[in-house]
Amino acid sequence: MITTDICIIGAGPVGLFAVFEAGLLKMRCHLIDALPQVGGQLSEIYPHKPIYDIPGYPAINAQDLVDNLMEQIEPFHPTFTLGERVDSLERQPDESFIITTNDGTAVHCQVVVIAGGLGCFEPRKPEIENLEQFEGKGVAYMVKNPEQLRDRRVVLAGGGDSALDWTIFLANVAKEVTLVHRSDTFRGAPDSAEKVFELAQQGKINLVLQSTITSITGNGHLQEVNITAKDKTVRTLEADNLIPLFGLTPKLGPIADWGLSIDKSAINVDTTDYSTNVERIYAIGDINTYPGKLKLILCGFHEAALMCQSAFKYVHPEQKLSFKYTTVNGVPAF
Amino acid sequence: MIQFTVEDRDGTRQTLEIPEGINLSLMEVLKASEYNILATCGGLALCATCHVQVLNGLDALAPAQDAELDMLDTLPDADSDSRLACQLRVDERLEGGLFRIRGAEQ
Repeated sequence: MITTDICIIGAGPVGLFAVFEAGLLKMRCHLIDALPQVGGQLSEIYPHKPIYDIPGYPAINAQDLVDNLMEQIEPFHPTFTLGERVDSLERQPDESFIITTNDGTAVHCQVVVIAGGLGCFEPRKPEIENLEQFEGKGVAYMVKNPEQLRDRRVVLAGGGDSALDWTIFLANVAKEVTLVHRSDTFRGAPDSAEKVFELAQQGKINLVLQSTITSITGNGHLQEVNITAKDKTVRTLEADNLIPLFGLTPKLGPIADWGLSIDKSAINVDTTDYSTNVERIYAIGDINTYPGKLKLILCGFHEAALMCQSAFKYVHPEQKLSFKYTTVNGVPAF
Repeated sequence: MIQFTVEDRDGTRQTLEIPEGINLSLMEVLKASEYNILATCGGLALCATCHVQVLNGLDALAPAQDAELDMLDTLPDADSDSRLACQLRVDERLEGGLFRIRGAEQ
């Protein structure tokens, strides 16, 4: 069990800067992020893009900002759990929390700060009647262990790279592979697209183009997939597995079930301290919302500072908070 | 003024008039016009919650760049007339267009 004062969910720029503000108030932080590296969107999506609205930097590359933040918080020795997604939150009798990730990592903390940005990226689900009913019963949104598909009749849906790649791979593993795609062309890697057309010509896979899956049926487990073509003709395929591969979309994830007040996928906060409706849980950065909210890194930094002033009372209940400038006090490392 | 028509998820149509040179994306204009659009990623072509179907005026639009095409490719309900509103600048190319809102509400 990891023990810390503040557990920060999300290691993007705002989560990282919260470590600094917390450190000034002698609060230790542990950060959890679903991505395998720190920096959030900045490192994952646009590391080489310049950002022009960080005060004091006329322009700074996104990755440089992340690197600078890591240097800035180094004196406070934050600890990290990366590549794991936060799953559950359990309130303890003394009001503290234990947070557990999908890999079973447990963190005991006094305060939870959600700095989750866009949220975590989850598979996008197509609109198919009964789809969720068959999740884990033949329907999955990713291929975790291809061996489980050996000698099965597998239907894949989608037109992106992962749909193409898995079609090619499973052609030699599954008993029968069908790829259903709404268009008659693939924009994915041209080599993969060519290979898929080749496999179809050789009769090694079924390629169903200009079509979408409209419904599925089964008795406890998936049995049939109904496909409707653009010309409205319907055909039914017997199948053991259906794997819709329609990319990822950002969602709140399990945080949505923590009893927080949520408005359009954002967490409502009180702007005096960015606290949520649940005591000891705060939300800062792009994931929160309030009247006048701006999704800017600099606003997230401000929110982090105010949040820490408020969280102090839970971490050091016996102490009186006195505000000190770094110009007077320096950075009291620990 | 640039005029184009927006069809909401319930089929209601409304014509919007936007001043020229406003330097906004169609997503931003739709949000400002109180349409229910998540626009989770804020215009990075990452979430596709601003997906629109261009029922009229598709050819006049600036062609989609790779990031947009890649995202459209992954959508289960996209078609050849699909675009991401966040990647469309509101300018004279939208004049007379008809856009149907398709993006997820949740």
